[in-house]
Amino acid sequence: MKDKFLIFEMSRPGRKAYSLPECDVPQKELTSMINPEYLRKEAPNLPEVSELEAVRHFTQLSQRNYGVDSGFYPLGSCTMKYNPKVNELVAGYDGFRKLHPYQNGESVQGALELMYSLSEMLAEITGMDQVSLQPAAGAHGEATGLMMIKAYHRSRNDFRRTKIIIPDSAHGTNPASAAMAGFQNIEVKSNVEGGIDLDALKSLMNDEIAGLMLTNPNTLGLFDKNILEIAEIVHSAGGLLYYDGANLNAVMGISRPGDMGFDVVHVNLHKTFSTPHGGGGPGAGPVGVKKTLIPFLPVPVIGKQEENYYLDYERPLTIGRIKSFYGNFGVLVRAYAYIISMGAEGLREVSETAVLNANYIASRLKDIYAMPYNRICMHECVFSADYQIKNGVSALDIAKRLLDFGYHPPTIYFPLIVHEALMIEPTECETLETLDEFIESMRIIASEAENSPETVKGAPYTTVISRLDEVSAARTPILRWKKDL
Amino acid sequence: MTKYMGLTESDREHMLKEIGIESMRSLFSDIPEQVYLDGKLNLKAALSEMEVMKSLKSLAEKNDDLDHFICFLGAGAYDHYIPAAIGQLLSRQEFYTAYTPYQPEISQGTLQAIFEYQTMICELTGMDVSNASMYDGATSMTEAAIMATEALKKSEILISKSVNPESRQVLKTYAQFRDIKIIEVNIIDGQTDIDDLKKKLNENTAAFLQQSPNFFGIIEDLASAGEIAHANNSLFIVSADPVSLALLKSPGELGADIVVGEGQSLGNPLSFGGPYLGFFATKEKWMRKMPGRIIGQTKDKEGKRGFVLTLQTREQHIRREKATSNICSNQGLNALAASMYMTFLGKEGLKQVAELCTQKAHYMYDELLKTEKFSQIYDKPFFKEFTIKSKEPVKELNSRLLREKIIGGYSLSQDYPELVDSSLICVTEKRTKEEIDNFVRKAAKLNER
Repeated sequence: MKDKFLIFEMSRPGRKAYSLPECDVPQKELTSMINPEYLRKEAPNLPEVSELEAVRHFTQLSQRNYGVDSGFYPLGSCTMKYNPKVNELVAGYDGFRKLHPYQNGESVQGALELMYSLSEMLAEITGMDQVSLQPAAGAHGEATGLMMIKAYHRSRNDFRRTKIIIPDSAHGTNPASAAMAGFQNIEVKSNVEGGIDLDALKSLMNDEIAGLMLTNPNTLGLFDKNILEIAEIVHSAGGLLYYDGANLNAVMGISRPGDMGFDVVHVNLHKTFSTPHGGGGPGAGPVGVKKTLIPFLPVPVIGKQEENYYLDYERPLTIGRIKSFYGNFGVLVRAYAYIISMGAEGLREVSETAVLNANYIASRLKDIYAMPYNRICMHECVFSADYQIKNGVSALDIAKRLLDFGYHPPTIYFPLIVHEALMIEPTECETLETLDEFIESMRIIASEAENSPETVKGAPYTTVISRLDEVSAARTPILRWKKDL
Repeated sequence: MTKYMGLTESDREHMLKEIGIESMRSLFSDIPEQVYLDGKLNLKAALSEMEVMKSLKSLAEKNDDLDHFICFLGAGAYDHYIPAAIGQLLSRQEFYTAYTPYQPEISQGTLQAIFEYQTMICELTGMDVSNASMYDGATSMTEAAIMATEALKKSEILISKSVNPESRQVLKTYAQFRDIKIIEVNIIDGQTDIDDLKKKLNENTAAFLQQSPNFFGIIEDLASAGEIAHANNSLFIVSADPVSLALLKSPGELGADIVVGEGQSLGNPLSFGGPYLGFFATKEKWMRKMPGRIIGQTKDKEGKRGFVLTLQTREQHIRREKATSNICSNQGLNALAASMYMTFLGKEGLKQVAELCTQKAHYMYDELLKTEKFSQIYDKPFFKEFTIKSKEPVKELNSRLLREKIIGGYSLSQDYPELVDSSLICVTEKRTKEEIDNFVRKAAKLNER
């Protein structure tokens, strides 16, 4: 197969894929409106193609992608659940899609009501007192939550607390978000059971610690059963607890971060609440807080007075604004539709089923794949390719071989504390047959690794391209098309 | 069981047996009894699909949408036309239900489309490299400021007061937690006061940040500001309206080191403020300091061209607290929409959109002034937005217009107290002469009631 053309290579002067109306107002000379020295001599070199060519181009590109609707997508930590079609439909209603953010409050009451109700439902699910829907993604929610923690300490004239404790198993965004909020990171080790080492934690606590960031269940897919002790240790030393909600899909309706003792929570609507990942975004990362932190929430906060909803900016202790406007509204509409479709019972069933599926996979693969933390897991299970690496077959090779079986591979090399990690998150959406077929494929690959390792190492064989040279991509970066390249 | 799950009762029993446990509760035995939820979440009962649609429809209908109201609001979010094909193509599941393209062999669609996006952003901005997009224009600008302080190891940012007020607020939020000092540069006649800029630049200034067309729609003298910033060894960051760049000289040509902006105008619906995308582009020199994802071109084992996420050692999943930013996602689908928009409009189309906006905005400005119910605030070149002063408070003017199904301009006094009774009015290519004339007629009626 020949290379797929770039759109620029298809461009021919004079072709077009647009139709615009004639100018219906009396026209003036452009240079009489804008000084000639501000004007371009030549238009930017955008492609010139026909509409059909453009449509085919993007259709062909889409065919070189793999989505949740294409097949099983057990990408650990990412909760690649089904994105319900009705959610796409309702998010497309004109009354949501065609609204300007600065329209008068009276003319957007439905939008504000939806946001208000969604934040109430998320507060209930997480056990927090109030939720802001503004953050655009999980990492953005983290930075926002950490800024609130800093603002809280500062409001009490406590300027010494400049450090955040983060477990060695944490998502990379945790330390990066702490740095974004101007904190220094202190790493705490995991214990042999994959949880936080309580003694290590105790020894790290002092009056410079602003708080602890924790994912629970953690990135090993394990629920830290010492959570109440952890909360006690942190709180009694004057710190606050931050909950990374990346793994909330394991515990909806089963346990709430607010009840566990967390002071700040972010949730990923694009994971737990079924909004599509969009090939890398947009997501949404609402943050919830306990009462003491409400004054620090970013502005605006959606308020309600009798039956009237409004945007509240009159909040003297707020950390300020963290993005334009009010959040990724289109994503919020989808999450709202999901929650009202599921109800309380449905959400609990989601988490129970997600956990059941992960344990089923764990149970059926742990004889042939190493499992460093071999316990009942939550919504995801983490294997190691340690048995296979002896034959030179790595987690990466296994992932690539899975492509030939028609699956999106699991997350690999994360969490960092597991050697050759393979992190599998099946979600609640799959049938038993799908799980069994996947398990069978994993078993075949394990036997290939044993008997014909080169087969696995050469994979994939069925994709539009084979393994790419990532080293030279980074060494001599080509980040845009140019005519002569 | 809901339709979004796949297990039957007998599947569950079979699976529990395989795992070797008796009940679902045993799966959660690590959860302490005290925090095991005793009782249900307090949420309304589940709704069927038709009830969900009805419920959402009734919320949507409580809003006045722009199919029924004529919009003259801009101020950072714009009512541009989106070609019909874009919505259809974006709804292909292979695009919208996919994750971040970490497995390039099955993600070439997303990767190539964003590579093309990066190329087109470079074309518009005059920069060498672009990332795969940021959350929105305001956070993109904030990241640019942070990048400048990190790259130059300096702690102050100068920013013109003519920059979008919300963007300045976001910058201030982040800055206060990183001990970055933000100093605002005054405006004079609707443009940055160059003398004030000179006065405030100092050895700690990491960058000067300017927007053009600025918040008032006025085109700034970027070349002069850039020279002055560079003479002080500071970076020059420009925030731009991407549609204007089809017409105006690129910030790159005028000396910018980093160009950012709100990309919503490029094929993304207004959607009550989000999701949008922020674009971010810079010179090759600063490539490895850039935040966010970047797509690069490479070859596979057989020499076929392909695309991958690259320069990942800048990013949080590798570098953790030393990453250039904490951002993990990009606004992938919004950037894809932008890529499609720039493709469909193309070289000539985007220029025509920009020209239509300019012609219509100037026509409306002239017509409003002719009524003598409105007066000029600034006499400067503008693109698709202009400021104008009314004889009545903007709130009253706008509520009269709203009764006529017209959404008036943005009231400037909320951000610039000195600008009383002043509106920022936006005219895109979507507004017809009839709609403009109607606005002018209705707005001028003040003393004739």
